[in-house]
Amino acid sequence: MTSLAYTLTDSATMFRRQLRHIQRYPSLTGMLIGMPVVLLLLFVYVFGETLGAGLPGGGGDRSAYVNYLVPGLLLFAASGAAQGTAISMAMDMTEGIIDRFRTMAISRASVLTGHVLGSLLQTALCMAVLLGVALAIGFRPTATPLEWLAAAGVLLAAGFALTWLSVALGLISDSVETASNTPMFLILLPFLGSGFVPTDTMPTVLRWFADYQPFTPVTETLRGLLLGSGIGASALISLAWCAVISLLSYLWAKRAFRRRAAR
Amino acid sequence: MTVTTATRPAISVSGLRKSFGDKVVLDGIDLVVTEGTVFSLLGPNGAGKTTMVRILSTLVPAGGGSIRVAGHDLAKEPDAVRAAIGVTGQFSAVDNLLTGEENLKLMADLHHLGRVDGRRRIAQLVERFDLGEMARKPASVYSGGMRRRLDLAMTLVGEPRLIFLDEPTTGLDPRSRHAMWQIIRGLVADGVTIFLTTQYLDEADQLADRIAVLDHGRIVVEGTPDELKSRIPGGHILLRFGDPTALHTAARVLAAAQIDDDALTLQVPSDGDVRSLRAVLDRLDDAQIEVDRLSIHTPDLDDVFFAFTGTPVTAATADATTGGNR
Ligand SMILES: Nc1ncnc2c1ncn2[C@@H]1O[C@H](COP(=O)(O)OP(=O)(O)OP(=O)(O)O)[C@@H](O)[C@H]1O
Ligand SMILES: [Mg+2]
Repeated sequence: MTSLAYTLTDSATMFRRQLRHIQRYPSLTGMLIGMPVVLLLLFVYVFGETLGAGLPGGGGDRSAYVNYLVPGLLLFAASGAAQGTAISMAMDMTEGIIDRFRTMAISRASVLTGHVLGSLLQTALCMAVLLGVALAIGFRPTATPLEWLAAAGVLLAAGFALTWLSVALGLISDSVETASNTPMFLILLPFLGSGFVPTDTMPTVLRWFADYQPFTPVTETLRGLLLGSGIGASALISLAWCAVISLLSYLWAKRAFRRRAAR
Repeated sequence: MTVTTATRPAISVSGLRKSFGDKVVLDGIDLVVTEGTVFSLLGPNGAGKTTMVRILSTLVPAGGGSIRVAGHDLAKEPDAVRAAIGVTGQFSAVDNLLTGEENLKLMADLHHLGRVDGRRRIAQLVERFDLGEMARKPASVYSGGMRRRLDLAMTLVGEPRLIFLDEPTTGLDPRSRHAMWQIIRGLVADGVTIFLTTQYLDEADQLADRIAVLDHGRIVVEGTPDELKSRIPGGHILLRFGDPTALHTAARVLAAAQIDDDALTLQVPSDGDVRSLRAVLDRLDDAQIEVDRLSIHTPDLDDVFFAFTGTPVTAATADATTGGNR
Protein backbone atom coordinates (compact mmCIF):
# COMPACT_ATOMS: atom_id res chain seq x y z
CA MET A 1 0.00 0.00 0.00
CA THR A 2 1.11 3.55 -0.61
CA SER A 3 1.52 5.97 2.24
CA LEU A 4 -1.62 7.80 1.15
CA ALA A 5 -3.56 4.54 1.40
CA TYR A 6 -2.13 4.04 4.90
CA THR A 7 -3.16 7.54 5.87
CA LEU A 8 -6.70 6.78 4.75
CA THR A 9 -6.86 3.40 6.53
CA ASP A 10 -5.44 4.88 9.72
CA SER A 11 -7.93 7.74 9.58
CA ALA A 12 -10.74 5.23 9.11
CA THR A 13 -9.46 3.26 12.12
CA MET A 14 -9.35 6.40 14.24
CA PHE A 15 -12.84 7.30 13.03
CA ARG A 16 -14.12 3.92 14.23
CA ARG A 17 -12.45 4.55 17.57
CA GLN A 18 -14.22 7.91 17.74
CA LEU A 19 -17.56 6.28 16.95
CA ARG A 20 -17.07 3.94 19.90
CA HIS A 21 -16.26 6.90 22.11
CA ILE A 22 -19.43 8.68 21.02
CA GLN A 23 -21.36 5.50 21.71
CA ARG A 24 -19.77 4.97 25.16
CA TYR A 25 -20.25 8.58 26.19
CA PRO A 26 -23.80 9.31 25.00
CA SER A 27 -24.53 12.12 27.46
CA LEU A 28 -22.30 14.53 25.54
CA THR A 29 -24.08 13.81 22.25
CA GLY A 30 -27.41 14.08 24.06
CA MET A 31 -26.50 17.53 25.31
CA LEU A 32 -25.31 18.64 21.88
CA ILE A 33 -28.55 17.47 20.26
CA GLY A 34 -30.73 18.90 23.03
CA MET A 35 -29.32 22.42 23.13
CA PRO A 36 -30.44 23.64 19.68
CA VAL A 37 -33.80 21.91 20.03
CA VAL A 38 -34.45 23.67 23.33
CA LEU A 39 -33.44 26.95 21.73
CA LEU A 40 -35.77 26.30 18.80
CA LEU A 41 -38.74 25.70 21.07
CA LEU A 42 -37.85 28.68 23.25
CA PHE A 43 -37.47 31.12 20.39
CA VAL A 44 -40.51 29.90 18.49
CA TYR A 45 -42.99 29.53 21.34
CA VAL A 46 -41.79 32.22 23.74
CA PHE A 47 -40.35 34.96 21.52
CA GLY A 48 -41.72 33.80 18.16
CA GLU A 49 -44.84 35.94 17.88
CA THR A 50 -43.04 39.18 18.80
CA LEU A 51 -39.90 38.49 16.77
CA GLY A 52 -42.03 37.42 13.80
CA ALA A 53 -43.76 40.80 13.82
CA GLY A 54 -40.41 42.54 13.52
CA LEU A 55 -39.26 40.69 10.41
CA PRO A 56 -38.72 42.77 7.29
CA GLY A 57 -41.95 43.45 5.42
CA GLY A 58 -43.77 43.53 8.78
CA GLY A 59 -46.83 41.64 9.89
CA GLY A 60 -45.03 38.32 10.28
CA ASP A 61 -46.07 35.93 13.02
CA ARG A 62 -44.84 32.83 14.80
CA SER A 63 -44.94 30.66 11.67
CA ALA A 64 -42.94 33.24 9.68
CA TYR A 65 -40.36 33.32 12.47
CA VAL A 66 -39.85 29.52 12.44
CA ASN A 67 -38.78 29.82 8.83
CA TYR A 68 -36.50 32.73 9.62
CA LEU A 69 -34.93 31.01 12.63
CA VAL A 70 -34.07 27.52 11.39
CA PRO A 71 -31.10 28.30 9.06
CA GLY A 72 -29.31 30.21 11.85
CA LEU A 73 -30.13 27.49 14.36
CA LEU A 74 -28.60 24.86 12.09
CA LEU A 75 -25.35 26.78 12.36
CA PHE A 76 -25.85 27.18 16.09
CA ALA A 77 -26.10 23.37 16.25
CA ALA A 78 -22.79 23.15 14.44
CA SER A 79 -21.06 25.52 16.85
CA GLY A 80 -22.54 23.64 19.79
CA ALA A 81 -21.15 20.41 18.38
CA ALA A 82 -17.82 22.18 17.92
CA GLN A 83 -17.72 22.79 21.64
CA GLY A 84 -18.20 19.06 22.14
CA THR A 85 -15.34 18.43 19.75
CA ALA A 86 -12.98 20.68 21.69
CA ILE A 87 -13.95 18.91 24.91
CA SER A 88 -13.43 15.41 23.55
CA MET A 89 -10.15 16.40 21.88
CA ALA A 90 -8.83 17.86 25.13
CA MET A 91 -10.04 14.81 27.04
CA ASP A 92 -8.31 12.52 24.60
CA MET A 93 -5.03 14.40 24.99
CA THR A 94 -5.04 13.57 28.70
CA GLU A 95 -5.22 9.85 27.84
CA GLY A 96 -2.01 7.86 27.81
CA ILE A 97 -2.98 6.16 24.57
CA ILE A 98 -2.08 9.29 22.60
CA ASP A 99 1.54 8.70 23.61
CA ARG A 100 1.23 5.15 22.37
CA PHE A 101 -0.02 6.38 18.99
CA ARG A 102 2.98 8.67 18.81
CA THR A 103 5.41 5.77 19.18
CA MET A 104 3.74 3.92 16.31
CA ALA A 105 4.41 4.30 12.63
CA ILE A 106 1.01 5.76 11.84
CA SER A 107 0.02 8.94 10.13
CA ARG A 108 -0.01 11.50 12.92
CA ALA A 109 -2.84 13.52 11.51
CA SER A 110 -5.03 10.41 11.60
CA VAL A 111 -5.76 10.95 15.30
CA LEU A 112 -7.06 14.40 14.42
CA THR A 113 -8.87 13.23 11.30
CA GLY A 114 -10.64 10.61 13.41
CA HIS A 115 -11.88 13.33 15.73
CA VAL A 116 -12.97 15.53 12.85
CA LEU A 117 -14.91 12.75 11.11
CA GLY A 118 -16.53 11.65 14.36
CA SER A 119 -17.53 15.22 15.14
CA LEU A 120 -18.92 15.82 11.68
CA LEU A 121 -21.13 12.81 12.15
CA GLN A 122 -22.23 14.15 15.52
CA THR A 123 -22.92 17.53 13.94
CA ALA A 124 -24.97 15.95 11.18
CA LEU A 125 -26.96 14.08 13.80
CA CYS A 126 -27.66 17.30 15.73
CA MET A 127 -28.79 19.04 12.55
CA ALA A 128 -30.99 16.14 11.46
CA VAL A 129 -32.80 16.04 14.81
CA LEU A 130 -33.18 19.81 14.78
CA LEU A 131 -34.59 19.75 11.25
CA GLY A 132 -37.00 16.98 12.19
CA VAL A 133 -38.37 18.93 15.16
CA ALA A 134 -38.46 22.14 13.12
CA LEU A 135 -40.48 20.47 10.35
CA ALA A 136 -42.85 19.09 12.96
CA ILE A 137 -43.55 22.53 14.43
CA GLY A 138 -44.11 24.33 11.17
CA PHE A 139 -40.83 24.92 9.34
CA ARG A 140 -41.83 25.08 5.67
CA PRO A 141 -38.81 25.19 3.38
CA THR A 142 -39.37 25.73 -0.33
CA ALA A 143 -36.14 24.12 -1.50
CA THR A 144 -35.90 21.83 -4.52
CA PRO A 145 -33.87 18.61 -4.07
CA LEU A 146 -30.92 20.34 -5.72
CA GLU A 147 -31.19 23.25 -3.29
CA TRP A 148 -31.38 20.82 -0.38
CA LEU A 149 -28.20 19.21 -1.64
CA ALA A 150 -26.50 22.58 -1.94
CA ALA A 151 -27.67 23.50 1.57
CA ALA A 152 -26.25 20.24 2.88
CA GLY A 153 -22.97 21.08 1.15
CA VAL A 154 -22.84 24.52 2.76
CA LEU A 155 -23.60 23.02 6.17
CA LEU A 156 -20.90 20.42 5.64
CA ALA A 157 -18.36 23.09 4.70
CA ALA A 158 -19.27 25.17 7.73
CA GLY A 159 -19.23 22.13 10.00
CA PHE A 160 -15.84 21.10 8.63
CA ALA A 161 -14.35 24.53 9.30
CA LEU A 162 -15.84 24.72 12.81
CA THR A 163 -14.69 21.21 13.64
CA TRP A 164 -11.06 21.78 12.64
CA LEU A 165 -11.13 25.06 14.52
CA SER A 166 -12.43 23.37 17.65
CA VAL A 167 -9.93 20.51 17.34
CA ALA A 168 -7.21 23.17 17.40
CA LEU A 169 -8.88 24.90 20.36
CA GLY A 170 -9.08 21.59 22.19
CA LEU A 171 -5.40 20.91 21.52
CA ILE A 172 -4.17 24.25 22.87
CA SER A 173 -6.25 23.92 26.05
CA ASP A 174 -4.33 22.84 29.12
CA SER A 175 -7.39 21.32 30.72
CA VAL A 176 -10.77 19.96 29.78
CA GLU A 177 -12.42 22.97 31.48
CA THR A 178 -10.51 25.41 29.33
CA ALA A 179 -11.50 23.39 26.31
CA SER A 180 -15.17 23.70 27.18
CA ASN A 181 -14.86 27.47 27.72
CA THR A 182 -12.72 28.64 24.79
CA PRO A 183 -15.22 27.72 22.02
CA MET A 184 -17.93 29.68 23.86
CA PHE A 185 -17.53 32.58 21.42
CA LEU A 186 -18.56 30.23 18.62
CA ILE A 187 -21.91 29.75 20.31
CA LEU A 188 -22.40 33.51 20.63
CA LEU A 189 -21.60 34.27 17.01
CA PRO A 190 -24.93 33.09 15.53
CA PHE A 191 -26.66 35.56 17.89
CA LEU A 192 -24.34 38.39 16.82
CA GLY A 193 -25.28 37.86 13.18
CA SER A 194 -28.39 37.39 11.14
CA GLY A 195 -29.25 34.08 12.79
CA PHE A 196 -32.01 35.21 15.15
CA VAL A 197 -33.01 38.71 14.00
CA PRO A 198 -32.17 40.78 10.91
CA THR A 199 -28.97 42.75 11.40
CA ASP A 200 -30.50 46.09 10.35
CA THR A 201 -32.32 46.27 13.69
CA MET A 202 -28.96 46.41 15.53
CA PRO A 203 -26.97 49.49 16.66
CA THR A 204 -24.35 50.59 14.08
CA VAL A 205 -21.19 49.09 15.57
CA LEU A 206 -22.82 45.75 16.29
CA ARG A 207 -24.48 45.76 12.92
CA TRP A 208 -21.17 46.37 11.21
CA PHE A 209 -19.68 43.41 13.08
CA ALA A 210 -22.74 41.25 12.38
CA ASP A 211 -22.66 41.94 8.65
CA TYR A 212 -19.02 41.04 8.26
CA GLN A 213 -18.59 38.03 10.55
CA PRO A 214 -18.61 34.64 8.78
CA PHE A 215 -21.81 33.26 10.32
CA THR A 216 -23.93 35.89 8.58
CA PRO A 217 -23.15 35.05 4.94
CA VAL A 218 -23.47 31.34 5.69
CA THR A 219 -26.87 31.93 7.34
CA GLU A 220 -27.98 34.06 4.40
CA THR A 221 -26.87 31.41 1.90
CA LEU A 222 -28.80 28.73 3.77
CA ARG A 223 -31.85 30.94 4.02
CA GLY A 224 -31.67 31.58 0.29
CA LEU A 225 -31.34 27.91 -0.55
CA LEU A 226 -34.03 26.67 1.83
CA LEU A 227 -36.54 29.51 1.62
CA GLY A 228 -35.82 31.26 -1.63
CA SER A 229 -34.64 34.63 -0.25
CA GLY A 230 -31.84 36.45 -2.10
CA ILE A 231 -28.35 34.97 -1.82
CA GLY A 232 -26.23 37.45 -3.77
CA ALA A 233 -22.54 37.28 -2.96
CA SER A 234 -23.16 35.39 0.28
CA ALA A 235 -22.49 31.97 -1.21
CA LEU A 236 -19.04 32.86 -2.44
CA ILE A 237 -18.13 34.74 0.72
CA SER A 238 -19.31 31.78 2.80
CA LEU A 239 -17.26 29.25 0.90
CA ALA A 240 -14.21 31.49 1.08
CA TRP A 241 -14.59 31.85 4.85
CA CYS A 242 -15.03 28.10 5.26
CA ALA A 243 -12.00 27.30 3.13
CA VAL A 244 -9.76 29.81 4.91
CA ILE A 245 -10.87 28.81 8.40
CA SER A 246 -10.53 25.10 7.58
CA LEU A 247 -7.05 25.46 6.17
CA LEU A 248 -5.69 27.70 8.92
CA SER A 249 -7.28 25.58 11.65
CA TYR A 250 -5.92 22.39 10.11
CA LEU A 251 -2.39 23.78 10.10
CA TRP A 252 -2.84 25.18 13.59
CA ALA A 253 -4.16 21.85 14.89
CA LYS A 254 -1.32 19.87 13.36
CA ARG A 255 1.22 22.20 14.87
CA ALA A 256 -0.47 22.13 18.27
CA PHE A 257 -0.53 18.33 18.17
CA ARG A 258 3.19 18.19 17.40
CA ARG A 259 3.92 20.67 20.16
CA ARG A 260 2.06 18.67 22.74
CA ALA A 261 4.06 15.68 21.58
CA ALA A 262 7.30 17.26 22.63
CA ARG A 263 6.19 18.01 26.17
CA MET B 1 21.32 -5.37 6.10
CA THR B 2 24.50 -7.39 5.85
CA VAL B 3 25.65 -7.00 9.43
CA THR B 4 25.47 -10.23 11.40
CA THR B 5 22.64 -10.25 13.89
CA ALA B 6 24.73 -11.56 16.76
CA THR B 7 26.71 -8.37 17.21
CA ARG B 8 24.42 -5.76 15.79
CA PRO B 9 23.45 -3.22 18.42
CA ALA B 10 19.72 -2.71 18.82
CA ILE B 11 20.38 0.63 20.45
CA SER B 12 23.50 2.73 20.44
CA VAL B 13 23.63 6.07 22.13
CA SER B 14 26.54 8.44 22.43
CA GLY B 15 26.73 11.79 24.15
CA LEU B 16 22.98 11.96 24.72
CA ARG B 17 21.90 15.13 26.48
CA LYS B 18 18.55 16.49 27.50
CA SER B 19 17.47 19.44 29.58
CA PHE B 20 14.07 20.84 30.45
CA GLY B 21 14.63 24.58 30.74
CA ASP B 22 17.61 25.03 33.05
CA LYS B 23 17.31 21.55 34.49
CA VAL B 24 19.78 19.10 32.99
CA VAL B 25 18.19 15.67 33.09
CA LEU B 26 20.56 13.63 30.91
CA ASP B 27 24.15 14.78 30.79
CA GLY B 28 26.16 12.82 28.26
CA ILE B 29 24.88 9.25 28.13
CA ASP B 30 26.72 6.54 26.19
CA LEU B 31 25.33 3.05 25.94
CA VAL B 32 24.99 0.09 23.64
CA VAL B 33 22.29 -2.55 23.82
CA THR B 34 23.05 -5.75 21.91
CA GLU B 35 20.28 -7.35 19.94
CA GLY B 36 18.43 -10.13 21.71
CA THR B 37 19.47 -9.08 25.20
CA VAL B 38 17.76 -7.44 28.16
CA PHE B 39 19.23 -4.12 29.17
CA SER B 40 18.05 -2.69 32.44
CA LEU B 41 18.27 0.93 33.45
CA LEU B 42 18.20 1.51 37.19
CA GLY B 43 18.10 4.76 39.02
CA PRO B 44 16.39 6.64 41.83
CA ASN B 45 13.18 8.60 41.27
CA GLY B 46 13.78 11.50 38.96
CA ALA B 47 17.06 10.09 37.63
CA GLY B 48 15.82 10.43 34.06
CA LYS B 49 14.83 6.87 33.20
CA THR B 50 11.45 7.78 31.74
CA THR B 51 13.00 10.70 29.89
CA MET B 52 15.49 8.29 28.37
CA VAL B 53 12.75 5.88 27.27
CA ARG B 54 10.71 8.76 25.85
CA ILE B 55 13.69 9.98 23.83
CA LEU B 56 14.63 6.53 22.53
CA SER B 57 11.02 5.83 21.57
CA THR B 58 10.77 9.09 19.55
CA LEU B 59 8.33 10.80 21.93
CA VAL B 60 10.66 13.59 22.96
CA PRO B 61 13.50 15.05 20.90
CA ALA B 62 16.99 14.63 22.33
CA GLY B 63 18.90 17.77 23.28
CA GLY B 64 22.13 16.48 21.75
CA GLY B 65 24.16 13.41 20.93
CA SER B 66 23.71 10.71 18.34
CA ILE B 67 21.30 7.85 18.68
CA ARG B 68 20.63 4.81 16.55
CA VAL B 69 17.67 2.61 17.33
CA ALA B 70 16.95 -0.62 15.44
CA GLY B 71 19.48 0.33 12.82
CA HIS B 72 18.05 3.78 12.10
CA ASP B 73 19.14 7.26 13.00
CA LEU B 74 16.57 8.44 15.51
CA ALA B 75 16.65 12.07 14.41
CA LYS B 76 16.55 11.40 10.67
CA GLU B 77 14.21 8.42 10.41
CA PRO B 78 11.86 8.48 13.36
CA ASP B 79 9.16 6.64 11.41
CA ALA B 80 11.48 3.74 10.61
CA VAL B 81 12.32 3.54 14.32
CA ARG B 82 8.63 3.62 15.23
CA ALA B 83 7.93 0.76 12.85
CA ALA B 84 10.50 -1.39 14.66
CA ILE B 85 9.75 -0.71 18.31
CA GLY B 86 7.05 -1.35 20.87
CA VAL B 87 6.63 0.80 23.96
CA THR B 88 4.92 0.18 27.26
CA GLY B 89 5.37 3.38 29.18
CA GLN B 90 5.40 4.02 32.89
CA PHE B 91 1.83 5.31 32.75
CA SER B 92 -1.05 3.37 31.32
CA ALA B 93 -1.51 3.81 27.57
CA VAL B 94 -4.81 2.06 26.99
CA ASP B 95 -8.04 3.57 25.73
CA ASN B 96 -10.29 3.57 28.77
CA LEU B 97 -13.54 3.88 26.84
CA LEU B 98 -12.78 0.78 24.77
CA THR B 99 -12.87 -2.82 25.94
CA GLY B 100 -9.66 -4.84 26.15
CA GLU B 101 -10.51 -6.59 22.93
CA GLU B 102 -11.32 -3.32 21.16
CA ASN B 103 -8.02 -1.89 22.34
CA LEU B 104 -6.21 -4.86 20.83
CA LYS B 105 -8.28 -4.57 17.65
CA LEU B 106 -7.32 -0.90 17.42
CA MET B 107 -3.65 -1.90 17.53
CA ALA B 108 -4.19 -4.66 14.96
CA ASP B 109 -5.86 -2.17 12.61
CA LEU B 110 -3.11 0.40 13.09
CA HIS B 111 -0.54 -2.29 12.29
CA HIS B 112 -2.55 -3.07 9.17
CA LEU B 113 -2.99 -6.71 10.06
CA GLY B 114 -5.72 -8.23 7.93
CA ARG B 115 -9.03 -9.19 9.48
CA VAL B 116 -8.09 -12.86 9.86
CA ASP B 117 -4.54 -12.30 11.10
CA GLY B 118 -5.76 -9.59 13.43
CA ARG B 119 -8.40 -11.83 14.98
CA ARG B 120 -5.96 -14.67 15.46
CA ARG B 121 -3.39 -12.40 17.07
CA ILE B 122 -5.95 -10.88 19.43
CA ALA B 123 -7.21 -14.30 20.50
CA GLN B 124 -3.62 -15.40 21.16
CA LEU B 125 -2.86 -12.34 23.27
CA VAL B 126 -6.11 -12.52 25.25
CA GLU B 127 -5.17 -16.10 26.09
CA ARG B 128 -1.51 -15.43 26.82
CA PHE B 129 -2.22 -12.46 29.07
CA ASP B 130 -5.06 -14.20 30.81
CA LEU B 131 -7.57 -11.44 30.04
CA GLY B 132 -10.41 -13.92 29.63
CA GLU B 133 -13.94 -12.62 30.15
CA MET B 134 -12.62 -9.20 31.12
CA ALA B 135 -11.50 -8.65 27.53
CA ARG B 136 -15.10 -7.71 26.78
CA LYS B 137 -15.27 -5.10 29.55
CA PRO B 138 -14.18 -1.46 29.18
CA ALA B 139 -10.57 -0.92 30.28
CA SER B 140 -11.77 1.73 32.75
CA VAL B 141 -12.95 -1.03 35.10
CA TYR B 142 -9.69 -3.03 34.98
CA SER B 143 -7.52 -3.50 38.06
CA GLY B 144 -4.02 -2.06 37.95
CA GLY B 145 -2.45 -5.41 37.19
CA MET B 146 -4.89 -6.24 34.43
CA ARG B 147 -4.45 -2.82 32.88
CA ARG B 148 -0.69 -3.39 32.88
CA ARG B 149 -1.15 -6.72 31.12
CA LEU B 150 -3.44 -5.19 28.52
CA ASP B 151 -0.89 -2.42 28.04
CA LEU B 152 1.87 -4.91 27.25
CA ALA B 153 -0.44 -7.05 25.13
CA MET B 154 -1.20 -3.97 23.01
CA THR B 155 2.52 -3.39 22.57
CA LEU B 156 2.97 -6.96 21.35
CA VAL B 157 0.26 -6.85 18.67
CA GLY B 158 2.75 -5.58 16.11
CA GLU B 159 5.37 -8.17 17.12
CA PRO B 160 8.12 -5.58 17.65
CA ARG B 161 11.74 -6.78 17.76
CA LEU B 162 12.71 -4.11 20.27
CA ILE B 163 10.56 -3.33 23.27
CA PHE B 164 10.81 -0.55 25.82
CA LEU B 165 9.31 -1.35 29.20
CA ASP B 166 9.25 1.53 31.67
CA GLU B 167 8.72 0.05 35.12
CA PRO B 168 6.52 -2.78 33.86
CA THR B 169 5.88 -4.36 37.26
CA THR B 170 5.43 -1.32 39.47
CA GLY B 171 2.26 -1.80 41.48
CA LEU B 172 1.86 -5.48 40.64
CA ASP B 173 1.40 -8.16 43.30
CA PRO B 174 4.10 -10.85 43.55
CA ARG B 175 2.14 -13.34 41.47
CA SER B 176 1.50 -10.85 38.66
CA ARG B 177 5.10 -9.73 38.83
CA HIS B 178 6.34 -13.27 38.32
CA ALA B 179 3.84 -13.75 35.52
CA MET B 180 5.18 -10.59 33.88
CA TRP B 181 8.75 -11.87 34.27
CA GLN B 182 7.74 -15.10 32.57
CA ILE B 183 6.28 -13.17 29.67
CA ILE B 184 9.44 -11.08 29.37
CA ARG B 185 11.60 -14.23 29.43
CA GLY B 186 9.40 -15.69 26.71
CA LEU B 187 9.97 -12.62 24.57
CA VAL B 188 13.71 -12.84 25.08
CA ALA B 189 13.64 -16.51 24.12
CA ASP B 190 12.07 -15.41 20.83
CA GLY B 191 15.02 -13.11 20.27
CA VAL B 192 13.33 -9.83 21.19
CA THR B 193 15.54 -7.07 22.60
CA ILE B 194 14.27 -5.48 25.79
CA PHE B 195 15.10 -2.11 27.28
CA LEU B 196 13.76 -2.22 30.80
CA THR B 197 13.68 0.36 33.53
CA THR B 198 12.82 -0.67 37.03
CA GLN B 199 12.85 0.32 40.68
CA TYR B 200 13.18 -3.29 41.74
CA LEU B 201 16.74 -4.42 41.86
CA ASP B 202 15.80 -8.07 42.10
CA GLU B 203 13.90 -7.61 38.86
CA ALA B 204 17.01 -6.39 37.08
CA ASP B 205 18.97 -9.21 38.72
CA GLN B 206 16.41 -11.74 37.45
CA LEU B 207 16.00 -10.47 33.94
CA ALA B 208 18.87 -8.32 32.77
CA ASP B 209 21.95 -9.29 30.82
CA ARG B 210 23.39 -5.88 31.45
CA ILE B 211 22.51 -3.21 33.95
CA ALA B 212 23.27 0.49 33.95
CA VAL B 213 22.73 2.69 36.96
CA LEU B 214 21.62 6.21 36.13
CA ASP B 215 22.09 9.01 38.62
CA HIS B 216 22.16 12.78 38.25
CA GLY B 217 21.98 12.50 34.49
CA ARG B 218 24.97 10.19 34.11
CA ILE B 219 25.52 6.48 33.97
CA VAL B 220 27.49 5.85 37.12
CA VAL B 221 28.14 2.16 36.59
CA GLU B 222 27.39 -0.42 33.94
CA GLY B 223 27.95 -4.14 33.59
CA THR B 224 26.47 -7.59 34.09
CA PRO B 225 24.68 -8.14 37.42
CA ASP B 226 27.65 -10.21 38.66
CA GLU B 227 30.20 -7.63 37.61
CA LEU B 228 28.27 -4.96 39.45
CA LYS B 229 27.99 -7.02 42.61
CA SER B 230 31.70 -7.78 42.55
CA ARG B 231 32.52 -4.10 42.40
CA ILE B 232 31.12 -3.24 45.78
CA PRO B 233 32.37 -4.14 49.27
CA GLY B 234 31.46 -7.63 50.49
CA GLY B 235 28.61 -8.61 52.73
CA HIS B 236 28.19 -8.20 56.45
CA ILE B 237 26.52 -9.54 59.54
CA LEU B 238 24.07 -7.16 61.09
CA LEU B 239 23.68 -7.44 64.86
CA ARG B 240 21.00 -5.63 66.80
CA PHE B 241 21.21 -5.06 70.54
CA GLY B 242 18.65 -4.34 73.24
CA ASP B 243 20.45 -1.34 74.79
CA PRO B 244 23.32 1.09 74.13
CA THR B 245 25.58 -0.53 76.80
CA ALA B 246 25.48 -3.88 75.06
CA LEU B 247 26.01 -2.15 71.75
CA HIS B 248 29.13 -0.33 72.90
CA THR B 249 30.60 -3.33 74.69
CA ALA B 250 30.12 -5.34 71.53
CA ALA B 251 31.67 -2.60 69.46
CA ARG B 252 34.81 -2.80 71.63
CA VAL B 253 34.91 -6.59 71.29
CA LEU B 254 34.41 -6.56 67.55
CA ALA B 255 36.91 -3.94 66.51
CA ALA B 256 36.16 -3.92 62.79
CA ALA B 257 32.46 -3.30 63.26
CA GLN B 258 30.61 -0.25 62.06
CA ILE B 259 28.32 1.18 64.71
CA ASP B 260 24.89 2.77 64.36
CA ASP B 261 23.78 4.31 67.68
CA ASP B 262 20.25 5.15 66.60
CA ALA B 263 19.36 1.70 65.32
CA LEU B 264 21.42 -0.04 68.06
CA THR B 265 23.10 -2.10 65.36
CA LEU B 266 26.58 -3.23 64.51
CA GLN B 267 27.64 -4.11 61.00
CA VAL B 268 30.46 -6.67 60.91
CA PRO B 269 32.15 -7.34 57.57
CA SER B 270 31.68 -10.97 56.56
CA ASP B 271 31.33 -12.96 53.39
CA GLY B 272 28.60 -15.01 55.03
CA ASP B 273 30.48 -18.27 55.69
CA VAL B 274 29.67 -20.24 58.81
CA ARG B 275 33.15 -20.14 60.32
CA SER B 276 33.39 -16.35 60.49
CA LEU B 277 29.84 -16.18 61.77
CA ARG B 278 30.65 -18.64 64.56
CA ALA B 279 33.76 -16.66 65.45
CA VAL B 280 31.77 -13.47 65.87
CA LEU B 281 29.16 -15.21 68.05
CA ASP B 282 31.83 -16.88 70.16
CA ARG B 283 33.48 -13.59 70.93
CA LEU B 284 30.16 -12.04 71.91
CA ASP B 285 29.42 -15.06 74.12
CA ASP B 286 32.82 -14.77 75.80
CA ALA B 287 32.08 -11.16 76.62
CA GLN B 288 28.58 -12.21 77.77
CA ILE B 289 26.77 -9.83 75.47
CA GLU B 290 23.15 -10.51 74.56
CA VAL B 291 22.32 -10.11 70.87
CA ASP B 292 18.71 -9.24 70.08
CA ARG B 293 18.69 -10.16 66.43
CA LEU B 294 21.07 -11.17 63.74
CA SER B 295 20.83 -11.04 59.99
CA ILE B 296 23.30 -11.98 57.30
CA HIS B 297 23.59 -9.67 54.38
CA THR B 298 25.20 -10.84 51.15
CA PRO B 299 25.88 -8.16 48.56
CA ASP B 300 23.01 -7.66 46.16
CA LEU B 301 21.99 -5.01 43.71
CA ASP B 302 20.56 -2.89 46.52
CA ASP B 303 24.14 -2.38 47.65
CA VAL B 304 25.17 -1.53 44.12
CA PHE B 305 22.35 0.93 43.92
CA PHE B 306 23.20 2.65 47.15
CA ALA B 307 26.91 2.50 46.59
CA PHE B 308 26.68 4.20 43.23
CA THR B 309 23.77 6.58 43.49
CA GLY B 310 25.37 8.65 46.25
CA THR B 311 22.73 7.92 48.85
CA PRO B 312 23.97 8.56 52.41
CA VAL B 313 25.23 5.53 54.34
CA THR B 314 22.49 5.78 56.99
CA ALA B 315 19.85 5.20 54.37
CA ALA B 316 21.81 2.24 53.09
CA THR B 317 21.98 0.78 56.59
CA ALA B 318 18.28 1.29 57.17
CA ASP B 319 17.52 -0.49 53.94
CA ALA B 320 19.95 -3.29 54.75
CA THR B 321 17.94 -3.94 57.92
CA THR B 322 14.66 -4.30 56.07
CA GLY B 323 16.48 -6.07 53.29
CA GLY B 324 17.51 -8.79 55.73
CA ASN B 325 13.89 -9.46 56.62
CA ARG B 326 12.62 -9.97 53.10
N1 LIG C 1 8.36 17.66 30.47
C1 LIG C 1 9.17 17.95 31.50
N2 LIG C 1 9.37 19.23 31.86
C2 LIG C 1 10.19 19.54 32.89
N3 LIG C 1 10.85 18.64 33.63
C3 LIG C 1 10.70 17.35 33.32
C4 LIG C 1 9.85 16.93 32.24
N4 LIG C 1 9.89 15.59 32.16
C5 LIG C 1 10.73 15.18 33.14
N5 LIG C 1 11.21 16.24 33.84
C6 LIG C 1 12.16 16.18 34.95
O1 LIG C 1 13.22 15.34 34.57
C7 LIG C 1 13.66 14.57 35.67
C8 LIG C 1 13.67 13.11 35.28
O2 LIG C 1 12.35 12.65 35.14
P1 LIG C 1 12.02 11.16 34.73
O3 LIG C 1 10.55 11.04 34.68
O4 LIG C 1 12.78 10.81 33.52
O5 LIG C 1 12.59 10.34 35.96
P2 LIG C 1 12.48 8.79 36.27
O6 LIG C 1 13.87 8.31 36.43
O7 LIG C 1 11.63 8.11 35.28
O8 LIG C 1 11.77 8.80 37.67
P3 LIG C 1 10.73 7.76 38.32
O9 LIG C 1 11.54 6.64 38.85
O10 LIG C 1 10.11 8.55 39.41
O11 LIG C 1 9.76 7.36 37.25
C9 LIG C 1 12.73 14.88 36.83
O12 LIG C 1 13.38 15.79 37.67
C10 LIG C 1 11.55 15.52 36.17
O13 LIG C 1 10.98 16.48 37.01
MG1 LIG D 1 9.89 7.08 35.30
